[in-house]
Amino acid sequence: MSNEMKIAVEEPVALLDPPETETSAEIAREVLEEVRVAKVEVAGDFILEVGVEEVPAWMIVPALKQLRTTLGDALKKDVQVFGTPRRLTAVVQGLPKNQPDTEELLTGPPKKAPAQAAEAFAKKCGVPITKLETISTPKGEYWSYLKRERGQKTVDLLADLAPKAILGLHWPKTMYWTGKNGPRFIRPIRSLLAIFSGKVVPFEVGGVKASAYTFGHRALGGARMKVTDFEQYQTVLRDNGVILDASERRDRIVGGAKALMPEGCRLRANPGLVDTLVYLTEFPTAALGAFDPSYLTLPEEVLATVMEHHQKYLAVEMEDGRLAPNFIFVMNRGEDASGVVRHGNERVLRARFNDARFFWDVDQKVPLRDRGPMLEKVMFQAKLGSYAAKTARVVELARELAPRFGADVDAAVRAAQLAKTDLTTELVKEFTELQGIVGGLYARHQGESEKAAAAIYDQYKPESMEDSSPKTAEGAALSVADKLDTLREFFRLGWIPTGSKDPFALRRAAQGIVKILADHNADFATAELANTPELRAFFDDRLRFYLRDVRGFAYDGVNAVLATGADRVPNIIGRLEALSIVRPTPDFEPLAAAFKRIKNIVSKVPGDTSFDATLLEAGAEHDLHAAASRINDETRNLTNYEEIVQRTATIRPAVDLFFDKVMVMVDDELVRQNRLGLLRWLLSAFTRVADFSEIVTSKEREQTK
Amino acid sequence: MPLAYQDMLFELQKYWSAQGCVIQQPYDLEVGAGTMCPETFLRVLGPDAYRVAYVQPSRRPNDGRYGENPNRLYKHMQLQVILKPAPSDVQDLYLNSLERIGISLDKHDIKFEEDNWEAPTLGAWGVGWQVMLDGLEISQFTYFQQCGGIDLDPVTVELTYGLERLCAFIQDVDSVYDIQWNPQVKNAPVYTYRQIRWRDEHDLSVYNFDQADVASLWKLFEIHEAEAKRLTELSDPPLLAAHEQVLKCSHVFNLLDARGAISVTERVGMIARVRERAVAVATRWVAPPPALEPEAEVPA
Repeated sequence: MSNEMKIAVEEPVALLDPPETETSAEIAREVLEEVRVAKVEVAGDFILEVGVEEVPAWMIVPALKQLRTTLGDALKKDVQVFGTPRRLTAVVQGLPKNQPDTEELLTGPPKKAPAQAAEAFAKKCGVPITKLETISTPKGEYWSYLKRERGQKTVDLLADLAPKAILGLHWPKTMYWTGKNGPRFIRPIRSLLAIFSGKVVPFEVGGVKASAYTFGHRALGGARMKVTDFEQYQTVLRDNGVILDASERRDRIVGGAKALMPEGCRLRANPGLVDTLVYLTEFPTAALGAFDPSYLTLPEEVLATVMEHHQKYLAVEMEDGRLAPNFIFVMNRGEDASGVVRHGNERVLRARFNDARFFWDVDQKVPLRDRGPMLEKVMFQAKLGSYAAKTARVVELARELAPRFGADVDAAVRAAQLAKTDLTTELVKEFTELQGIVGGLYARHQGESEKAAAAIYDQYKPESMEDSSPKTAEGAALSVADKLDTLREFFRLGWIPTGSKDPFALRRAAQGIVKILADHNADFATAELANTPELRAFFDDRLRFYLRDVRGFAYDGVNAVLATGADRVPNIIGRLEALSIVRPTPDFEPLAAAFKRIKNIVSKVPGDTSFDATLLEAGAEHDLHAAASRINDETRNLTNYEEIVQRTATIRPAVDLFFDKVMVMVDDELVRQNRLGLLRWLLSAFTRVADFSEIVTSKEREQTK
Repeated sequence: MPLAYQDMLFELQKYWSAQGCVIQQPYDLEVGAGTMCPETFLRVLGPDAYRVAYVQPSRRPNDGRYGENPNRLYKHMQLQVILKPAPSDVQDLYLNSLERIGISLDKHDIKFEEDNWEAPTLGAWGVGWQVMLDGLEISQFTYFQQCGGIDLDPVTVELTYGLERLCAFIQDVDSVYDIQWNPQVKNAPVYTYRQIRWRDEHDLSVYNFDQADVASLWKLFEIHEAEAKRLTELSDPPLLAAHEQVLKCSHVFNLLDARGAISVTERVGMIARVRERAVAVATRWVAPPPALEPEAEVPA
């Protein structure tokens, strides 16, 4: 049976075998065509390539994702996307020739209405009255018409969709190039390839007509090559110096670089830079360059910044992690057989390193400790004065905060005094991204204490939520003091971020503080840092963001823990971790539901947590009290949140039984008040780690769907 | 034999001349960039097509290094090319100009890397790239979007070549001061960039950083600013004269900045003041419709 089926499937394929004569080949092709026509209504592939002047590397992937979504949603098909600096390509395979037909039932006036009404309805439907039908509804008979529409030709759909999809792409910054009324895009569009089943899909963007032609690499390929299908498109690009597939370009870069590594060396990992290089090239080729080892006396931070950040070179390191006097540069071309390109890149790097060395030497003439007054002339913010003024404020904050981090106060204060002085150095003016780091390096070099130097070095950390916090307690104190000053000052001026507007990165500053408090196990609340209700609310908001979006805790868990009034970040995290461990256990959710019920009941009646144990009814009520008391005694002195929550969860059967058997709101005033007191006590005793009533159970989540 | 500096300039100007550009001579006032010259700042405004190229010595007092830094100059030279409207093959035109001076795409690695340009004192910005040649930034390539605070229509493309670094690359020297300026002709002497320009760099660095009289500069700034304002607001304003006053403001501002005379709060305010003057000139330049230029007189 299965054999037969297999043969049936393979039959048409067999016709593809090399035919013996030309005639039979033709027949074979014809037969195959027929087979296909019979089975599907000729499915075709759509290829769209937007040829554009060099798109900034970091924008390509997000643009491709949008393109995939827009086309995929409109065509109800999977879309493959590819991108290089000069082209955004989308391929949709197996599209039908026509879109499906549609039917729409239009309901008209009641049948018993005057004849004019039916005529008007027929007119609206564009048919004679004889074509109308009737439907019966609970309200009676109505005129109706089943409107059938032939599906749009796919080519027409594509001609309409493609320009919208292209111009609908959202870019960080757009331009116009054909005049103010022309299209806006990231860079000028110079070529459009759009074919469906091998035929051009006619449309136009900014004066460029869609065609069946693509173009090659600027130096390695042709300017105009005909495209027939996706496979041939890839081949033709490859033959013309363009590797369409980003992963293949990545392999060429990383694989090529690894193959070039000198003995005992390896690439210094930098995935972000590799990504950039992948989208900065159409035909990447890695090559090895070298520099004079004497430059290795410059700090690695400086060398690496020059190579990676400024020159987009991959750094090379030795087995012990120290930099080697080599680098990898990635060309957008084939091998550099003559070494001309290597020579040029080495020359540029040498000039850069010379600059850095020159700046380093010049900067040592005035040590950081003598640069304080120069900060009078460096603006922090027009309305907030100079960095000298900021420094004075930060010094005081650092003095105040240092003990709370267990930091050496003198070192933290010293670090704060010197922290911003590197802004006056030539090296930082040249390599602004090294602010702080240069200060730290200079401080060490100029004989400041190691603690002060390390704090200065780390003062801007964490620069993002992926970045690490300052390593030392002094660094943490300085970084928090600096960020806190910025927040307080901007808030004082009323410059509070709203919506997407946060030009001074105040959210990042507040999140940075939260992260430092978490990472340094700080025993004080963000609220203590806030000097106004607005800043307090801002910190609270950032704390929730940090817990949910950065640490990934469920939002209801965060609500549950914060509802207890817990305000020490490390402590909050401890509770949340406990909660997420216990949460999947079977007792947990029913317990959360029970606590919610308790809260509901007691919230309606004001009162306290007192009750008279002797008034408790034997059975479920008594048992609940007994279980609760026991668990309460067991957990009272526990410090391990996980254990507390776990033990707390064991009360669940007693609570369930109580609600099953005992009525709280009884008529007897004394009994009712006593029960309410018991429940209030239960609530307060058992929600010390987290207010379980805040937990959204899976049942509730189902209901809201 | 690589091109001498002046030959490189000639070749580039001949190339752009062949592309229909007017070859202008450098503007005879201090400017920080070729963009500030009326041939760019004013020509990009309004609807009329224009193509121009010129070498512009550009003064940036803060970049001076007393002639001691091999790659940094107080006054460097730019080749400024303005194509209005931007032709669709402008990247190819640009790359061909490199071929013209001996930089073959076959042998080198060229990348267009995102670099958007903005001149706050001019109310001007555009998007484009820095052009990287074997890892060296040699040009700025910008599609102007706004100038003097005015949206541009049509869009102009501006190509700015850093001539010293380009020539140092071609001649493969590590210091711009080692660039050979003129070609060897018979027994006539050959000069280096150092011989032609070092003294200029040194003396002007001394002036800019150490000697410029701050009180006088402040007065000059006020004078030029007031004059720009007065001229711009005349009923039939001599706008080119007003623009020159704006350029002088801008240069004096740069000098004050290099002298370290501009305090924290003043800086932003001063940039805004210069921009206000530049925007005023540009605004009057485009609207109402500029008066017709006088007919060229036919020689008798």
